Amino acid sequence: MTGVARTGDTPAVEGQAPLLDCRDLVVTFPSKRGGEPFTAVDHASLSVRSGEVVGLVGESGSGKSTIARAVVGLQPLDSGVISFMGEDLTGRRTIAQRSGMQMVFQDPYGSLDPRMSIRGTLSEMVRRHTPLRGQEVERRCLELLDLVALPSAILDSRPAGMSGGQRQRVAIARALSAGPRLLVADEAVAALDVSVQAGIVNLLADLRRDVGLSILFISHDLSIVRTLCDRVAVIHLGRIVEEQPCADLYANPQQEYTKALLGAIPRLHARRGNASPPAAAWAAPAGAQ
Amino acid sequence: MVTDGRPGTDAAAILEVEGLTLTLGRGAGAPRILDDVSFTVRAGEARGFVGESGSGKSMTLRAVMGILPPTVHVESGRILFRGEEIVARAPDGSPSTVSARLQQLRGTGISMIFQEPSVALNPVTTVGEQIVDAVRRRDGMSRRTARRRALELMDLVGIRNPGERLGSYPFELSGGMRQRVMIAAAVAGNPQLILCDEPTTALDVTVQAQILALFRHVRDELDAALLYVTHDLGVVAELCDSLTVLYSGKVMESRQDLRAAIDQPFHPYTRALLQSTPDIDHLEQRLRTIPGSAPTPQNRPAGCPFADRCDRVQDDCRQGPVPDVGVGSEVVVHCLHPFGRGSAANGVIDPSPAEVLR
Amino acid sequence: MSESTALTPTVRTRLTLPSGVARSNTALVVGLLILGIIVALAIAAPALSRWDPIEPDPLHALLPPSGTHLFGTDNLGRDIFSRVLHGARSDLTLASVAVLAPFAIGLAVGITCGYAGGWFDVIVMRVADIVTAFPFFILVISLVFVLGGGVWTIFIAITAVSWVAYARIVRAETMVVRNTEFVSACQVGGITTPRILLRHIAPNVLTQAVVYAMSDIVMNVGVIVTLSYFGLGIVPPTPDWGAMMADGQQFLAAGYYGLTLFPAAAVVLTSLALSLVGEGLAHVLRIER
Repeated sequence: MTGVARTGDTPAVEGQAPLLDCRDLVVTFPSKRGGEPFTAVDHASLSVRSGEVVGLVGESGSGKSTIARAVVGLQPLDSGVISFMGEDLTGRRTIAQRSGMQMVFQDPYGSLDPRMSIRGTLSEMVRRHTPLRGQEVERRCLELLDLVALPSAILDSRPAGMSGGQRQRVAIARALSAGPRLLVADEAVAALDVSVQAGIVNLLADLRRDVGLSILFISHDLSIVRTLCDRVAVIHLGRIVEEQPCADLYANPQQEYTKALLGAIPRLHARRGNASPPAAAWAAPAGAQ
Repeated sequence: MVTDGRPGTDAAAILEVEGLTLTLGRGAGAPRILDDVSFTVRAGEARGFVGESGSGKSMTLRAVMGILPPTVHVESGRILFRGEEIVARAPDGSPSTVSARLQQLRGTGISMIFQEPSVALNPVTTVGEQIVDAVRRRDGMSRRTARRRALELMDLVGIRNPGERLGSYPFELSGGMRQRVMIAAAVAGNPQLILCDEPTTALDVTVQAQILALFRHVRDELDAALLYVTHDLGVVAELCDSLTVLYSGKVMESRQDLRAAIDQPFHPYTRALLQSTPDIDHLEQRLRTIPGSAPTPQNRPAGCPFADRCDRVQDDCRQGPVPDVGVGSEVVVHCLHPFGRGSAANGVIDPSPAEVLR
Repeated sequence: MSESTALTPTVRTRLTLPSGVARSNTALVVGLLILGIIVALAIAAPALSRWDPIEPDPLHALLPPSGTHLFGTDNLGRDIFSRVLHGARSDLTLASVAVLAPFAIGLAVGITCGYAGGWFDVIVMRVADIVTAFPFFILVISLVFVLGGGVWTIFIAITAVSWVAYARIVRAETMVVRNTEFVSACQVGGITTPRILLRHIAPNVLTQAVVYAMSDIVMNVGVIVTLSYFGLGIVPPTPDWGAMMADGQQFLAAGYYGLTLFPAAAVVLTSLALSLVGEGLAHVLRIER
């Protein structure tokens, strides 16, 4: 697959209703020791337009994974509305709603059933979401493997013999088998080696271009997000602190937290401008647990 | 050659790994986890040891500490600490000889910081106890003196309110704080060499930045040498002076000057690795990948292990043998066709301007 | 995470440990060998017995082992070898069959409790606690007195008590598997709950239950033998190891060991074989991640 996905060049149509619209989401978890409930998501709003790749960036405990799980229906909301293709979604999803939105998880070593062959995993989804049967299912499985650049021989394997990158490709193929409009990638490349990460990110960029897939890309890694996303939202302690088109965010971060996040990224080459970490940065911040 | 006041090749060698070959099991066909690995860490030097998963980098650290799993054997080579042999092949066929001296050295001469502080710290004792234990191991001082020293150490690693923190259990602390505790325990004995096994991989990026800054601070205070294992080239660029790149158990490139290595890598693997690392300051249209995957110890081909994935590969690469070429001990490249002028025959690398990466 | 190129077969008698070193699965091989011989002998019992195991022959009572009577004869002149072989048939069959019902019930209950949780889980587990609070043999003996002796009683008694262990084991495993990402992926993928339970959860929780079943058969052999020893089990004159041991006890002082010794040896050997098979299976069924 050749070609370039240029950031800042969204094929989405302005003015159209967004594909995914999350408004004022709140998720709290009861505190184990009977104290204050913990607010994981604090009135967060987010949207993804058709054909767009939106990055959601935050550190651990920021609430980004909670939002991802809420979007696909794995996490109930305390309040707020998630609407997809104009329809408000509840905890119970219809099969049509499920088809429209799929997820790729972080852990390549846990997201595939270890006792099922790849053929089993893929055909189960194909049978559930399409009317195809028999030989056509097999053909569809081969098409899906082709989309994610995996050899057809892998159909007979089980996950145990496969590398992290291959498993994530299978996970993407499984998600694609439902024919979704939106893919939620929850730290989909975090557990992979750097050279393998690049392959998966490129694959997602290609899918967005070839299949018209919209992507909500959750990550803690600002460097990866930059190469893939059109818009980026930064989340901190459950709140969306900043949201801008990708290039603008990196060139001109507005909020202190965003600047701190950008400044903290280790640089391969000498820093330019004033993006160096402060001198006494090694001391633990006051109030840190 | 001295950069930033850091020691050059004339400083004393703290750690010397010579031709270390580790195998899984014994016997002629035993798969090699490390194949003839050699490098040196000098006093006060921070050496970055970079490789992807399965390259053998963690196993190297374990070999230095003498904590290899029982199935891994030292087939040849040895490890010296300050000129003294600490790990070598065992004549009777058991995995390795770990000298009794190494047992003494652990914690005082050499100490190690692990990746997962939640796993490396004892969950049922307070952090204060663990640091005090580390302190007392060296000098056998009284509890009160050791406690004072523990407070000093916690101050050194930037833990605020150390008095209160002494009584905390590891589960009460965040990942960054636990890592600070581990660093405090590791430097308690004033070691000359600190081994780091991906200590910041499990941490958030802002916390990682703090811990990296802490490492710089600790190095300055203690003047300790560092052997820093990671897969993240960015981290190495922020912290280290020199670089060794490991691939499928073999050293591909070893450079005394890290900045020069990043600007001008000689080995195709190093170059590919740098190109696939996303750089926040330079917008990439499309990330570079390295197609294929690394061979496992069981499947390593003859010749260069990187041959199947290299875009400079030629016929002689697959047959081998592949020499180590370079400039003295400052530059070592394991390649038949490295970037840079000069051939493998005369063993000299002379980089031409056109080959500079950036 | 190291990469492994070995694809995983389903059953193997040679293990590939994560370090790559292969070890023979001695336990499984030896256990299956011994068990195979015992089962073969039990199946072929009618063909192998020259003498009727039930018909008394007072003229040839208490004979020592010889060429004609391999294990000698008992006090009623019956050939001990034939009786041991026939005893194997009744004891092994009953012990194995008596495992099936608790296994099935425990599996169903355990998976439902583990997956659904909530009040159903709480109530069923309390029932399980009550059952285990009763001393096993008191319960069994009471049931036997109420229902009368015989095979069906033993069957019901064992089932009523044994299902609890399976339920607990399966429930614990289910709770672990329920939280894995591949189950979440199935939920997001719209796979129906019954299918998730059957195709994804059950195969991944079966292992421990199967291993336990092996040791359960051993325990059942003990239970049946004990019950028969007390005259509460298999109705005579059907040969049974426990009854044989009880009957033969009185002759030990007089120096006639064969009546008790040979059935006892059979019990020990069978238990040993089953334990080895259980241990071997535990290794084999563990799939590498």
